Amino acid sequence: MVSILEKGKLEMNVIADTKLASEASPVAAAPRAAKIVARGVNVYYGSKHALKEVSVDIPENGVMAFIGPSGCGKSTFLRCINRMNDTISGCRVTGKIEIDKHDIYDPSLDVVQLRARVGMVFQKPNPFPKSIFENVAYGPRINGIAKSKSDMEGIVVSSLKRAGLFEEVKDRLNDSGTSLSGGQQQRLCIARAIAVAPEIILMDEPCSALDPIATAHIEELISELTSNFTIIIVTHSMQQAARVSQRTAFFHLGNLVEVGETQQIFTTPTDKRTHDYITGRFG
Amino acid sequence: MTDMAAPSPAFAGRRVDTTSDAARALVRKRYRSEARFRAYGLIAIAATAVFLVVLIADIIIKALPALTQHSLVLDVAVPSDLVDPGKRSDAAAIRSADYFPVTRDALKAAIPGIESRSAERTLTRLLSNGTADKLIAMLVANPSLFGQTVKVPLLLSANADLYLKGIGTPVTSRGGRGTATPSGTTGEVTVLTSSNDFAGELVSVKQLLVERARLAEQEADRLQRYQSGDLAGKIKELREQAAAFRARIDQPKVDEVLDGSLPSLLVAINGGIVKITRLSDVAITGDVLLPLSSTADAKPGDWKIVTYSVPESNRKATDLEVTFLERFKELGRVERTFNSLFLIAGDSREPELAGIRGAIVGSALTLFITLALCLPIGVLAAIYLEEFAPKNRLTDLIEVNINNLAAVPSIVFGLLGLAMFLNFFGLPRSAPLVGGLVLALLVLPTIIIAARAALKAVPPSIKEAALGVGASHQQAVFHHILPLAIPGIMTGTIIGMAHALGETAPLLMIGMVAFVVDVPKTFTEAATVLPVQIYLWSDLPEPAFQYKTAAAILVLLLFLFAMNGAAIWLRKKFERRW
Repeated sequence: MVSILEKGKLEMNVIADTKLASEASPVAAAPRAAKIVARGVNVYYGSKHALKEVSVDIPENGVMAFIGPSGCGKSTFLRCINRMNDTISGCRVTGKIEIDKHDIYDPSLDVVQLRARVGMVFQKPNPFPKSIFENVAYGPRINGIAKSKSDMEGIVVSSLKRAGLFEEVKDRLNDSGTSLSGGQQQRLCIARAIAVAPEIILMDEPCSALDPIATAHIEELISELTSNFTIIIVTHSMQQAARVSQRTAFFHLGNLVEVGETQQIFTTPTDKRTHDYITGRFG
Repeated sequence: MTDMAAPSPAFAGRRVDTTSDAARALVRKRYRSEARFRAYGLIAIAATAVFLVVLIADIIIKALPALTQHSLVLDVAVPSDLVDPGKRSDAAAIRSADYFPVTRDALKAAIPGIESRSAERTLTRLLSNGTADKLIAMLVANPSLFGQTVKVPLLLSANADLYLKGIGTPVTSRGGRGTATPSGTTGEVTVLTSSNDFAGELVSVKQLLVERARLAEQEADRLQRYQSGDLAGKIKELREQAAAFRARIDQPKVDEVLDGSLPSLLVAINGGIVKITRLSDVAITGDVLLPLSSTADAKPGDWKIVTYSVPESNRKATDLEVTFLERFKELGRVERTFNSLFLIAGDSREPELAGIRGAIVGSALTLFITLALCLPIGVLAAIYLEEFAPKNRLTDLIEVNINNLAAVPSIVFGLLGLAMFLNFFGLPRSAPLVGGLVLALLVLPTIIIAARAALKAVPPSIKEAALGVGASHQQAVFHHILPLAIPGIMTGTIIGMAHALGETAPLLMIGMVAFVVDVPKTFTEAATVLPVQIYLWSDLPEPAFQYKTAAAILVLLLFLFAMNGAAIWLRKKFERRW
């Protein structure tokens, strides 16, 4: 446990100005311009109060990790950011979430366009049971991104390249997406997400169904994607959070307990609950 | 952590005991219970399999006679003046000509010497009413055949056909031992033999009479036990009958008179057939059925005693008909062919001309209407309810009612169709259009339920994936969920259609039980459907229709098996695992 934490620390050393993030308030001022600003977000599933008064700023072009024990609300909050919770009946969201200073719960906002701007990768790889090409091409087609057939091919190839999958599948783009291995399927899902050129990519435990080698692949990919995308990743693996993220938020029982620079969260957490969780006392 | 590793004394006392007798008894009991359960399952499956095999074997055995039919291949002389030479290119003119004399003459030419009117009528009744159809078809195709003699198969009537299929009487014969002398060639004749050739027949007739007398007495005794006044007459009658039989049995030297209640005995001599009416040891008296060539003596072995062992009164074909048909068989004129008429003809009052084409086409038209209505309405309703409808009391109520509709007896839908489509909208009776509408009502709940189940079976992750790349809800449903649900929807639809194909009761209510000869061509013509056709035929008294009924059931079952097979094939082919 300790050695892995140290590894995470070493990786985090590249991040500058760690000291700036050591504020006591859970609403940590972001070091860069905040892409997403959440204020007083509450989520109810029927009568269950799943997320309580969450306020957080998420900076642009970085990786933000949400950690916490099962049922703490981290996935719920993630799904608020592209309003995927709308599909769950009985789910109610209050408070305000702004992306680029626009409230995404504004009734005049088109939720379909929002989801094109905020891509999502799910826990279990869920490629469409269609060809690999079609999997990636679907998003650009319905969003009217590709102007021509060659345009579309360019988008598909570059997306697959970006997801590090192109070399493995370039000879079988017409094979079914479900014929790939688990890790390849998840990278295909990432390619599918980035094909519509979203600003933000939400990842809900993207590696929990994968083996360590495939996990390493995905993590590497996440690091590469940081330059163009704002990535928010929910993970159960604290090592993963330490390896891939610059900032980390710790959720517990529906509360956002602590948010800050990843290195600081893992080395000098201010809250006892965070400390207990990252040292394995509970959760 | 560490305190968990120490063995807890609390568990030591209740480890699972595997060695004691009690433990072994427990295991044995469990094994017995499992074996018993497996046996119950096997018995249930075996019983089901036996029932199914018996059912299908019974249907197939009953249907087989209906799959072939017999014709007489005769040389028919077509007179050149039958149809005016100028009209021979006109098929209608050829069809409207009277072919009865032509076929009658062909029959008489094949069996010469038939003089009496009644025998001639019996001979012509062997042929079907539609016997000339093949001849007409040949003449239409080739008018130059007028004025020539044509070899053509003439379709036999249903009774003659059934006799030739072995559903009548067995025919046995043995050679005569003495020299036989007939007294004439036609009319009533006597035949004398030099040895007591007929003694054996006489004995078997007497044995039969003994049996009859015993049965009559038994029945009288049985009735006597009831001590009822109404039965006195019947008992007296039976007693008299038995006494009469006894009297005949007890007089060995007196001639025996044969009637329709006894097996028919005949003598085949000098190329003719004599039906025995009076039997003694050395002589018979009888009626000539087929004329003899001469009154010459027949040497031993040159003449035969023929037995039709089923009494004439217990069978459809009379002795004369049997004799004619046996003669045609000897002449090699009988031809057995596949009964193609059964598949290409509409219904008919004549069993040999009746076919199921009308019913098949009627079923197809009806099912087309049903499918055209049910599939779009059912699938769209299912999509709306499953994906878009708000979850509230109203949708709950609708769902409960759809499930209830699936359980409503089909006759109720028939009444609804009668009240609504016929009486209110004034649509035509007996039409596939109305039948299809009624069956659509019947099948719609099935399809909605099946389609909803198929839509629900598509994992939500597919929908989330589509929504995640910026698809609208509708795009997610129509691009991803519906295509994946289609195999399940098709399976449910085919099973619903198979259900509709076998449905009879609601169609009775809207008048689809009519006797319809013509094969329907449009949706508003009077038509019948397969199960109703089966129902109609099963009600008819002619034995030939019983076999037709079985054959029609076979066809219906084949369609049902094919549809269910298609459903299974679809399910297997598109089965997908996530």
